Amino acid sequence: MYSVLIPTLSGNSMNTKIQQVCISDLWNWLETVVDPEIPVLTILDMGIVRRIEIRDNGQLTISDLEGRTNANVPVNPENARLLVFVTPTYTGCPAMNMIGAHIRLELAAHGFSDVTVREVLQPAWTTDWIPESARHKLREYGIAPPEQEARIERLLFSEVSVTCPRCQSRNTEKLAEYGSTACKALYRCKDCLEPFDYFKCH
Amino acid sequence: MRDFLLLLADNTQILGHRLGEWCGHGPELEIDMAMTNLALDLVGQSRNYYQYLAELEGKGRTEDDLAYLRDAREFRNCLLVEQPNGDFARTVARNFLFDSWHFFFLQALCNSNDERLAAIAAKSLKEVTYHLRWSSEWVIRLGDGTEESHRRIQDAFDHLWTYRGELLTPAPFETEAASAGYGVDLHSIKPLTEDKLADILYQATLRRPEDGWMQSGGKTGRHSEHLGYLLAEMQYVQRAYPNSVW
Ligand SMILES: [Zn+2]
Repeated sequence: MYSVLIPTLSGNSMNTKIQQVCISDLWNWLETVVDPEIPVLTILDMGIVRRIEIRDNGQLTISDLEGRTNANVPVNPENARLLVFVTPTYTGCPAMNMIGAHIRLELAAHGFSDVTVREVLQPAWTTDWIPESARHKLREYGIAPPEQEARIERLLFSEVSVTCPRCQSRNTEKLAEYGSTACKALYRCKDCLEPFDYFKCH
Repeated sequence: MRDFLLLLADNTQILGHRLGEWCGHGPELEIDMAMTNLALDLVGQSRNYYQYLAELEGKGRTEDDLAYLRDAREFRNCLLVEQPNGDFARTVARNFLFDSWHFFFLQALCNSNDERLAAIAAKSLKEVTYHLRWSSEWVIRLGDGTEESHRRIQDAFDHLWTYRGELLTPAPFETEAASAGYGVDLHSIKPLTEDKLADILYQATLRRPEDGWMQSGGKTGRHSEHLGYLLAEMQYVQRAYPNSVW
């Protein structure tokens, strides 16, 4: 049997003021939206959401992913118009439309009806934005995280040595430059013999 | 600006479509997936240019109208990208000739005085880095492979060489774009692409074909017969069911 938690309005809370929403709540809700192709990472782990602009009663507040600025500023779901800036990982990434829809759904579930998701290209997304905590999640999931700083010259000429996410061996080989998605390459571990995805530097 | 944007959009759109034709037909699963991923990148890049152009026009045309509702004469892509896939070697040679130009072109376009173009270039360059790497590796593998693979990739380069000249020969609108500061001076990237080509052909034990008479015309809308067939397929749904949407 599963128990389902349904939020209810108890007699008591009917009379009290609705709890105030502030910008940090927006970030916490967005934190629940995952990358459909790597469901172990959220769109914040990936650095896909860059900033939120909130227009509330003629007042503009900007909150950046980096540092989650203005986190304590209150927002009123009734009036606020939200502009969520996202950046695609790859230009042809088919997941972007879905991510945009999930952002709007998630915020709508918390009463925000006026939400626009806008794509920005600058600065170009890079795997360097993926924090260590997310790299750890990737390893646990069986995907080797990007190994080095993403610099064009390096990507073009050097071969990276990739660590097997299962047994930590560095004795691995590349099977294909393009794996199950554009952002991953297919590798094989020569010690445990398991194939695995490598999240390419980008 | 219009023709210059169309050149960039159509190059990536048409090559993306050609690579998409390999879907389900690749010589092995990994190569099949690689080529469709390359196609996805290129089509994504072309969308950025089409969207920008549609905004600049401000006539209510969308990216889809630009891709699906123009005739061959209105396409500005160079002839190389519309050439049929042929065998795998020919596709690899065509992609390498394009990538070894595209990479340096985008590097230069990152310095465009048009912010939007510079941003699209910086974004695309990251993807095209992997494209160049992929096609370079395959040129080497085929050239320095078996007798048959060597012969096929050499034939492919010999056949496609005549389309290479157009990449480095500016159309009037490109010269205008370069002098206005939003485009790329093709003369400045020529030595870079030549070096890359020489290096990879050497590693692949391949002979650089002679520079002879070069084909041209794609950038001004005079295309080979192949583009019409490609568009007939690519545009079929929009032409048969006008205004249909997903
Ligand atoms: Zn292993």
